[in-house]
Amino acid sequence: MIRKNSKLVHGIALASLIAAGSAGAAISDEGVVIGYLDDMNGTYSDLAGPAGRVAIEMAIEDFGKTVKGKPVTLISADHRNDPATGSSIAREWLDQESVDLITGLNSSSVAISVTRLVREKNGFAIVTTAASDSITGEHCTPNHFHWVYDTFAVSDPAARAIVEQGGDTWFMLSADYAFGHSMEAAVEKAVSESGGTLAGKARHPFPSSDFSSYILQAQSSGAKVIGLASAGTDLVNAINTASQFGVVESGQSLASLMVFITDMKAIGLDKAKGTKFVTGWYWDMDEQSREWAKRFHDRVGRMPTMVQAGNYSAVTSYLKAVEATGSDDPKVIREYMMANPIDDFFSRNGRVREDGRMVHDMYLAEVKSPEESAGEWDLYKILATIPAEEAFRPLSASKCELVKN
Amino acid sequence: MTMIFGVPLMAFMGQLMLGLINGAFYALLSLGLAVIFGLLKIVNFAHGAQYMLGAFVALLGLEYLGINYWVALLVAPLVVGVLGVVIERLLLRRISDLDHLYGLLLTFGLALIFEGTLINLVGVSGSTYPITPALQGGTNLGFMYLPTYRAWVLVAALCVCFATWFIIERTRLGAYLRAGTENATLMKGFGVNVPLLITFTYGFGAALAAFAGVLAAPLYPVTPTMGANLLVVVFAVVVIGGMGSILGAIITGLLMGIIEGLTKIFYPEAANTIIFIVMAIVLMVRPAGLFGKEV
Repeated sequence: MIRKNSKLVHGIALASLIAAGSAGAAISDEGVVIGYLDDMNGTYSDLAGPAGRVAIEMAIEDFGKTVKGKPVTLISADHRNDPATGSSIAREWLDQESVDLITGLNSSSVAISVTRLVREKNGFAIVTTAASDSITGEHCTPNHFHWVYDTFAVSDPAARAIVEQGGDTWFMLSADYAFGHSMEAAVEKAVSESGGTLAGKARHPFPSSDFSSYILQAQSSGAKVIGLASAGTDLVNAINTASQFGVVESGQSLASLMVFITDMKAIGLDKAKGTKFVTGWYWDMDEQSREWAKRFHDRVGRMPTMVQAGNYSAVTSYLKAVEATGSDDPKVIREYMMANPIDDFFSRNGRVREDGRMVHDMYLAEVKSPEESAGEWDLYKILATIPAEEAFRPLSASKCELVKN
Repeated sequence: MTMIFGVPLMAFMGQLMLGLINGAFYALLSLGLAVIFGLLKIVNFAHGAQYMLGAFVALLGLEYLGINYWVALLVAPLVVGVLGVVIERLLLRRISDLDHLYGLLLTFGLALIFEGTLINLVGVSGSTYPITPALQGGTNLGFMYLPTYRAWVLVAALCVCFATWFIIERTRLGAYLRAGTENATLMKGFGVNVPLLITFTYGFGAALAAFAGVLAAPLYPVTPTMGANLLVVVFAVVVIGGMGSILGAIITGLLMGIIEGLTKIFYPEAANTIIFIVMAIVLMVRPAGLFGKEV
């Protein structure tokens, strides 16, 4: 909840925030300026946030800090999960700081608002953190890509798999804003198409600290599966509350649809074990990933989430495109990136589709039990790979205006 | 199955129970604020941070010193209470003759400092504090499964609220306190050490916040921002109850918990805002609050 103490204080905070965002930026038409706009302090700041900035710094350093002889600079700011704040920072970046690439954009409502602005100003953005699949659906633009995952890719395969295993009645508990609504819709569709039913649903304010009432409603509904479409501290709260109310002991199961490694660490293997979900990347999934993750861990002190890895991948791919085409014009970059596959430690079989969605292999994973875990961050086991072309919403079902259907 | 307003009776009673528990929690929190404002006329914006510090003392105490929950219930309020005393002595006393706005700004600034320091130290995700073994599990009441720990919170919060009310309204110490804030000069003339009373009161209010923090630690993740999120709601409760009224804070806290609980059944999207809607209505109809005295 945003503190609404007084307009004056809020105004001072906003002004100093914008000032802080521009401090240290080199005004350059002779270089590449990357702007990282994310939630640095709030509900979602651990899954991306300041550590996500480190991932981008690593990408710039590994690229040599220059592109075609010109410097690459990074600036960042905190949008506080507020679309108005995010848009005004983005506006200043595009008007005055010549920012060539805006990335991060945690919180779907901020992402949608900022990408609209980016289109208006003919800038370029790669959304790495936000979830809603409408970002490449009804809110697609020719000026942005969606890189790491989306609500469809994490919920549709997971929901179908769970219904197939017998969990055919669901109660959906979702965060009451763009991300939660997207996920609720995707799950409802997936569940009914695979033969299940929705026994009830509730939407909780974002963020919420007390989930006892909703968990009680979920228990009263008698559904076999309680689907959680919340993220970050909301998800941690919900699972903790469910554990206090003996949800799993009394026979229901929890489907956590939007999971980051930071959440599982916060909840603990004891309460989270057995949770099945879909992820875009896991640090321990193969040798390449481990190598990068270790470098990240040495700098930050913890293992990266798929979003932080995605930040590195997105920025590196962008810089490669600028290098190859010698231009930072959004149209030229877009064409290049769509024509060349994205294959790095983060993305396997990756390519950018015409709706701006970067599709890549996704993975069905399960949280290990404390006995199965051999180390502090040994939290998941990968059960299956979902191929890139199957994991995301098919173009034939797309609401994006860029897709010729 | 009997239905009330379209909701099964069992579910309805379960939600009422939860609302009551939350209400007891709000009552405890708003009590500390009401005590400090009612007696000292200071709007203590650091209250949320003091609540958070109480939870952190419990968490870090367990991690590094092996202090268990029951000991933390005593230690955390003590630690934060002493911190409160220090704050009052060093900072608040200097601005006591100025406009109340300065007290507000000072305590607000302190809250930001405490939160920021902790965010730097432990990050935002926070950690979970385990429920102590004696209070784990729950009982099936028929209409709901009631976790034992939540029942304990209800009992503890109500006891502390009652004890505080009793001290302030029915004991000599409380009488000195109330008199001292109404007419300090006259009290000093009677030989009562008024500044000491004021310092003690602020420390006590802070300790109440910290006690609520320890109660909350096993329920919600212990994060540096846990106080900020709750503080606005608690202020609204105090305003509805009447800024100076101790009993008002307690009863309003319980009432708001129940109203919020009912909102969660019928229209959950409004759960975060219903208390402010009630506050707006109360301010329009009875500006001094439900139990406040007209100033």
